[in-house]
Amino acid sequence: MGDLVQVRGVTKSYRRGGETIEVLHGVDLDIPRGDFVALMGPSGSGKTTLLNLIGGLDTPTAGSIVVDGRRIDQLSSGELSAWRAAHVGFVFQFYNLLPVLSAQRNVELPLLLTSLSGVERRRHAAVALALVGLADRAGHKPKELSGGQEQRVAIARAIVSDPTLLVCDEPTGDLDRATATEIMALLRMLNREHGKTIVMVTHDPKAAEYAARSLHLDKGTLA
Amino acid sequence: MRYVPLLSAGLFRRKARTVLTLLSIVVAFLLFGMLQAVQSAFESGADAADAKRLLTTARYSIIEPLPMAHLKTIERVPGVIGVASADWFGARYQNESNAFPVFAVDPARYLDMYPEFTIAPAQREAFVKTRTGAVAGQRLMDRYGWKIGQKLPIASEIHAKTDGSLNWEFDLVGVIDADDPAVRANTDVVLINVAHFDEARQLGRGKTGWYIVRVAEAEQAKVIAAEIDRRFANSPDETKTAPEKEFAVGFAKQIGDIGAVVTRILAAVFFTILILTGNTMAHSVRERIPELAILKTLGFSDTRVTTLVLAESIVLLGLGAGLGMAVAAALLPAVNGSTGGRFPPLFVTAETWLAAAALALLVALAVGLPPAWRARRLRIVDALAGR
Repeated sequence: MGDLVQVRGVTKSYRRGGETIEVLHGVDLDIPRGDFVALMGPSGSGKTTLLNLIGGLDTPTAGSIVVDGRRIDQLSSGELSAWRAAHVGFVFQFYNLLPVLSAQRNVELPLLLTSLSGVERRRHAAVALALVGLADRAGHKPKELSGGQEQRVAIARAIVSDPTLLVCDEPTGDLDRATATEIMALLRMLNREHGKTIVMVTHDPKAAEYAARSLHLDKGTLA
Repeated sequence: MRYVPLLSAGLFRRKARTVLTLLSIVVAFLLFGMLQAVQSAFESGADAADAKRLLTTARYSIIEPLPMAHLKTIERVPGVIGVASADWFGARYQNESNAFPVFAVDPARYLDMYPEFTIAPAQREAFVKTRTGAVAGQRLMDRYGWKIGQKLPIASEIHAKTDGSLNWEFDLVGVIDADDPAVRANTDVVLINVAHFDEARQLGRGKTGWYIVRVAEAEQAKVIAAEIDRRFANSPDETKTAPEKEFAVGFAKQIGDIGAVVTRILAAVFFTILILTGNTMAHSVRERIPELAILKTLGFSDTRVTTLVLAESIVLLGLGAGLGMAVAAALLPAVNGSTGGRFPPLFVTAETWLAAAALALLVALAVGLPPAWRARRLRIVDALAGR
């Protein structure tokens, strides 16, 4: 099985208060298709920056990033939006659901960018919610759900358009141990049974245990 | 349609704030609809004017009377095919709030001047023949429940009878009306026979308020007006003659430049709406920065997010404008009923609806573009990191 993600010589710098800060220093990384990688490291080591670059949320200062055979570091803002919609699912620490929409409507959001009809969108969302075990919570608003349930809705939203790659930023960071275990089991199931390639940033060694491998980032360099 | 839930979610994230903003927009457009109706009403006198009709008044003031003898002189001016006089009675019916115009006229001459008025031939004949006769507009008849054949007691604020009394009594012999709504406003009057009035009044005999002059050719109206005024030049009773439309516009301007007043009031109202709605939109977008960032994360392009934010302000203004104008259209008939006929009827015209739509779009763009631009420039990683 070939590499889904190829990161070559990637550096990323920011300008803060007139000063240039280099967060990543020439990172090289290969992630095979179907892999489940945990990115670990201390705060400020550049984990989230690297995850954002792989997910197409940001562009590198130098170097190249190829995902599924396409150089995403050379895409325009509009092309990158369309690429993310088709290829990447995102899961965040604080779920980032739209509070005024029901779970069903939240999950449907990525499908608004497809040509699917309303009926088809609802059916896809229902399947995704069933997959994360929340079929009976489709009509609930986020504030009516527990933290674990909110994260499950976020995962359903991430997989509803059947992306190749899931990027997860501290997916258990806001959850208690028991709920975190459930979420990690869900991600492992998506990886093993549905072949999703997952790149996950975490501080939690327990969560990292669910990944196929862990990579350590320190001061912008992979150890 | 697929974005309706998203639009609705954005708009009603804070229901109370959106509803209050919506209400203020409704009130602004309610005012717009009503004030535009007032302006249209003031212009309606000019709209209903007949190009072949001239009005002759005293040169320096319309309240200064003219000799009735002017009628024969005006009649002899080439191009003039008819002349009628009318005098202001200054009526009060039952109490001071029941005021309506009463004109003392020569029945046949006056009704000939206004062929757009309808009156049954027998009633016209009765008005011509009855010295104490009077005819009233259909709407006044309906409002006060008058019946043909009854006595009509009317007090005058200007003219006393020879016995010193201000209380007059006439015989109601007919009803005038008009098919055209713009003309109908001009039938909200009572006409009394000048023959009896002039004989019975204490002061001002042989004088009248103004003349209505019909000319053969509309193109000759200004030339004939000048000729009429020339004939009375340097006399004790100089005249000022103008086409009816010009007179109507001038009369409205004596009350005030309604157009300017309306424009200033609306400018103040819409400036407030601009600030209020602009503030609401700015707040709304500022609060939703993380949500907008998530939409972008999911693949919504910059343009799509910009359009969504702009659409919110367009929907808000569209909804408020539509409701406000609908309320104005619904209230105006009641307002028309309560003015006692002292004001032309008010309507929301098609032009006012179009102007409201254009104004709503303009305000929507003005208040929607700055937050939409902010949403467009939003960097996902900064927004998600709370920077």
